[in-house]
Amino acid sequence: MMDFIVIPILALLAATAVTVARIRNLWAAVMFTGIYSFLSASWMLILDAPDVAFTEAAVGAGITTILMLATLSLTPRRHRKSGRLSSEDFEERPSKSPLFPLLIVTITGCALVYGTFDMPHFGDPNAPIQVYPQPSFVEKSQPDMHGLPNVVTAVLASYRGYDTLGETAVIFTAGIAVLLILRKNTDDQGSSESQSVTGENA
Amino acid sequence: MDLLLAVAETNSSFDNALVVTSVAILVTMILALIRAMLGPTVFDRVLALNMFGTKTVLLICVIGFLTGRTDFLDLALLYSLMNFIGMVALLRFSEYGSFREEGADIGSSAKS
Repeated sequence: MMDFIVIPILALLAATAVTVARIRNLWAAVMFTGIYSFLSASWMLILDAPDVAFTEAAVGAGITTILMLATLSLTPRRHRKSGRLSSEDFEERPSKSPLFPLLIVTITGCALVYGTFDMPHFGDPNAPIQVYPQPSFVEKSQPDMHGLPNVVTAVLASYRGYDTLGETAVIFTAGIAVLLILRKNTDDQGSSESQSVTGENA
Repeated sequence: MDLLLAVAETNSSFDNALVVTSVAILVTMILALIRAMLGPTVFDRVLALNMFGTKTVLLICVIGFLTGRTDFLDLALLYSLMNFIGMVALLRFSEYGSFREEGADIGSSAKS
């Protein structure tokens, strides 16, 4: 029933991906990745995965766009043909003929598609994902969690709480490290200013 | 909202109206994407992107009513927030060329 929405969304996804690959303006490419994130999040929503769609919309469309723009502001806009960098920097040109990469990509794609044939059909009740974890998760999570209706949240935040805590700590540490690397370190001479982690400049 | 949902469950012509609405939104999305691809200036692209985000929010709302799931509306809210933040970041970048003004931004680390 949702086909009339799913098919145009997938077509738009493909068109956006081709545009990202072909467009030469990096600024516009960042914009198109934002569009891509919105579209894929909508598709995940239609596939009944609102939590994944939530993450995709927040991270893919929000944070990644801003990070990409920050990267763009740190790098030159155009591909530098010749300039201050020596010619050795561009020694590794893409090969002239596109046939060999095309062949490799085609073979890899065929292998991946062949791999999906072994997967159970979408929504198959006998699929391992429906059968393998004990149904007790579904049965017990509501009384265990004092009536929390979402089993995914119960598993993620309570049964695997320490796991999630560890993952969050890792991501937090990585974020702090990235901020420390990217911060402006050619500070003005005021030593008290250079101590600030947020890199505020006068 | 509950009234609308009740109407949607009982009335099939309301359902048809939702289908027509979503098709119209999809056509608008395609047009906006074409404008974003062609757009000669930065501002054409910004407008097209903004419109695309708005249409996504609308489409999610319509899908929520089609399938009778009102929790999609929260997601639509989040999408519109993300659209706004992304738009502010894009415009800031296109005006200043970096985020270095008013250092509280995430890109305040940009070299000067």
